[in-house]
Amino acid sequence: MSATTSPPRSSSFFRKALRQKRFTFGFSVTVLVVAFAVFAPHLSPYGENETAGPPFAKDGVFGTDYLGQDVLSRLMHGGQSILVISLLATLLGMVVGVLIGVVAAYSGGWWDEVIMRLNDVLLAFPQILLALVVLTALEKPSNLVVIVLVGASHAPRVARVSRGVALGIVSRDFVVAAEALGERRSRVIVAEVLPNMTGPLLAEAGLRLTYSIGLVAALGFLGFATDPGAANWGLMMKENQLALSTQPWGVVAPVLMIAIFTIATNLMADGLAQASQKGD
Amino acid sequence: MTTTTPDTDHQVTPTGGLVVEDLGVTLTGRPVDVVDDIDLVLRPGEVVGLVGESGSGKTTVGTSLLGYSRAGAVISAGKVLIEDRAHPGAVRDVLKLSWKEVRQLRGEEIAYVPQDPASALNPSIRIGKQIVELLQLRGIGTAESRLQGARDGLAEVGLPNDDEFLKRYAHQLSGGQVQRVALAMAFLPKPKVLVLDEPTTGLDVTTQKMVLDTMAELCRSHGVSALYVTHDLAVVANIADRVAVMYAGQIAELGPRETIFAHPAHPYTRALLDSIPHLSQARALKGIPGRTPAPGARPEGCRFNDRCAYAVDKCREGVPELRTIAPDHDVRCIRVEEIGEWDIHRGTVPDSDPSKARDVILSVEGLNVFYGRKRVVHDVSFDLAKGEVVALVGESGSGKTTISRSVGGLHKEWTGAITFEGRELAKSARRRSAEDRRRIQYIFQNPYLSLNPRLTIEQIIKRPMELFGIAKGRQATDRVLELMDQVALGSGMLHYQASRLSGGERQRVAIARALAAEPDVMICDEITSALDVSVQGSIVALLEGLRKERGISMLFVTHNLALVRSIAARVEILQAGRVVEAGSVVTVMETPQEDYTKKLLSNSPRID
Repeated sequence: MSATTSPPRSSSFFRKALRQKRFTFGFSVTVLVVAFAVFAPHLSPYGENETAGPPFAKDGVFGTDYLGQDVLSRLMHGGQSILVISLLATLLGMVVGVLIGVVAAYSGGWWDEVIMRLNDVLLAFPQILLALVVLTALEKPSNLVVIVLVGASHAPRVARVSRGVALGIVSRDFVVAAEALGERRSRVIVAEVLPNMTGPLLAEAGLRLTYSIGLVAALGFLGFATDPGAANWGLMMKENQLALSTQPWGVVAPVLMIAIFTIATNLMADGLAQASQKGD
Repeated sequence: MTTTTPDTDHQVTPTGGLVVEDLGVTLTGRPVDVVDDIDLVLRPGEVVGLVGESGSGKTTVGTSLLGYSRAGAVISAGKVLIEDRAHPGAVRDVLKLSWKEVRQLRGEEIAYVPQDPASALNPSIRIGKQIVELLQLRGIGTAESRLQGARDGLAEVGLPNDDEFLKRYAHQLSGGQVQRVALAMAFLPKPKVLVLDEPTTGLDVTTQKMVLDTMAELCRSHGVSALYVTHDLAVVANIADRVAVMYAGQIAELGPRETIFAHPAHPYTRALLDSIPHLSQARALKGIPGRTPAPGARPEGCRFNDRCAYAVDKCREGVPELRTIAPDHDVRCIRVEEIGEWDIHRGTVPDSDPSKARDVILSVEGLNVFYGRKRVVHDVSFDLAKGEVVALVGESGSGKTTISRSVGGLHKEWTGAITFEGRELAKSARRRSAEDRRRIQYIFQNPYLSLNPRLTIEQIIKRPMELFGIAKGRQATDRVLELMDQVALGSGMLHYQASRLSGGERQRVAIARALAAEPDVMICDEITSALDVSVQGSIVALLEGLRKERGISMLFVTHNLALVRSIAARVEILQAGRVVEAGSVVTVMETPQEDYTKKLLSNSPRID
């Protein structure tokens, strides 16, 4: 007996979500941006670090950047890493957060209090602060470190939301029924509680993805990119801010990409939330 | 019971009452009838009971009288005629009035009392102020006289009207009090017609009786006609002058109360009456096979033909007309003359024998149950024999569910001893042996909460077998099909998710899940209270069969004394966490000793 959501269920959920205009729009734009990040590097007119002309010139579609590299090519190359890092960080944050939240809600009583108060302590830190402290301390941070840091900063927030959702489920009779049958606690969580949380959790995941991108871009902008030479939407803003008045594309182009992507994922998350509310 | 006996010469005068002609409500967007062809007359001072099961369209008809239809539906045809206050002697059609006139009319001429009293009052405004505001809105009285008006209104419904009471909020009142405040507010603008939508559902019998008496009293003294919408035939039998039985959006039968209950003519009315337990005698309850068709999925011809025991080919051909078969008695059935007379005593069976030898399997000694520091059950002792049904009966807050949960190991804060076959049981289910957990199964009140909506029927029923090592794989699936057959679920539903089933079907799945563990004791916690009477009838019949075939003992928790008579052998009457009277069902119900038991019995609505 499979513990997770059965395929017909999730596909019908997807179909329900597709009936939401905002979801359809957000979803298509997200797919477009992802496709751009994945396929564009193969089509870019110049290489990632190839000089195309003098610095801050108007050559090419978006001109050149502070080193004379083509902004469009940098834009095309810079998407992949930011998207992959954000996605993995979101996944990590969701898994850890959901686990904490559901365990707290399911254990209840004293355990719930302890877990959630500790969680509140973590919540008190601004999301980016923790990451900055660790990154500053490290000499050469790897992508993995960034993923773990961003994911860890999401976890307490996800935990709060998922505890709230789980609280409404653990008190339902079918969970009590499973308890009365003497099911293992882990199985009650995995088979009875989690499948009923998919809707709200999907919506939360969408939202977290948005925040991840913002965070990763902000870290790049603040100069914590793991590879200073590689193209990165966050880093690009920092590199080219000097010429904002003469050659704005160097900054505006990556900002636009991030804006479009965050709006799209947000709309998608919203649509998912609405679809999950309408369900059942 | 304070029933107004219908005057022989009720007239549809233009000076009162209300006439519904050919009313139809359809869904917006799709040409699907929710209700159609409704003709109904409310004579002045008369209470008409509108009875139907869920999905019959009874509430839709009720709100249509106020010119209201819920979102997604629209009143598409018909007239609702009421006397014109401005021009005595003339009538006007509620459905043709402008929006402003309808607003004026609602409350002032036609009042509505909703099902859930708690949500009808504003939780953040004091009771007194709410009533005064209502008078203000309707422009009744002067600023000074309104407070007195509020006091008078409360006195009329038998509530205290001192300052302390006027200053309370809705949550500081009991359910019955809130409902009587709602009644007072409905009567204050002196309407001519009252629509009550299941106003006593969820109230205890004693409170229900009080609310019903108040309502009947007010209707009589003010000459108000009332449409009482309910699913509870027993309530209607006590308060209505005439009864309209609805099925699938149409009136199936309409007649004086005495006629409907003594000589029901429509097969549906008869089937409903067959599924209702009586207080005076045990009955073999019968359900109605199948389920109520939803709007858009109703069969051709007579809408009841697919569930009717008397259906012939002709029934599937045209929709039968509502025709008059006796004065004041209309029936929508083409075979009325052919299907013979009905007898209320059909289905009566002997009460269970109190002198039968008992082989005790489960006993409860000196049970005290706590919620935190609060003790809610006091020193309760009873036992349960093999193949016997013991009923725990009481009003809400009597501790009946708490006791059953403690026995089932779902609540662990208790002291005392619960012994199963001579062995003491641990407090919580987790600490009991797997064998004990298997042999005592718990079935929950609300089938909408007790099944995981994400799992399929197969997964749900199969799980106890896998868990207790009874069967697995192919063999388990065969067992599941067997069990589904036993609880009358088609094998086609094997892969349905629980969320696709109706309430009755879900409760059958819950019973099948309990049976899958092959239990010796089943604890049934109000398992029929969320279901329609016809479904309740078939569930009770199912349980009775299981008890006889498998010798399963049952602890049956309920608030319905009539149901106890038909299902249980012994009964424990509970009040505020204590057993006040116990014994065999016949003894307790025929010769009750305690005042509380007598009160419960006399307040329970009865149709026999």
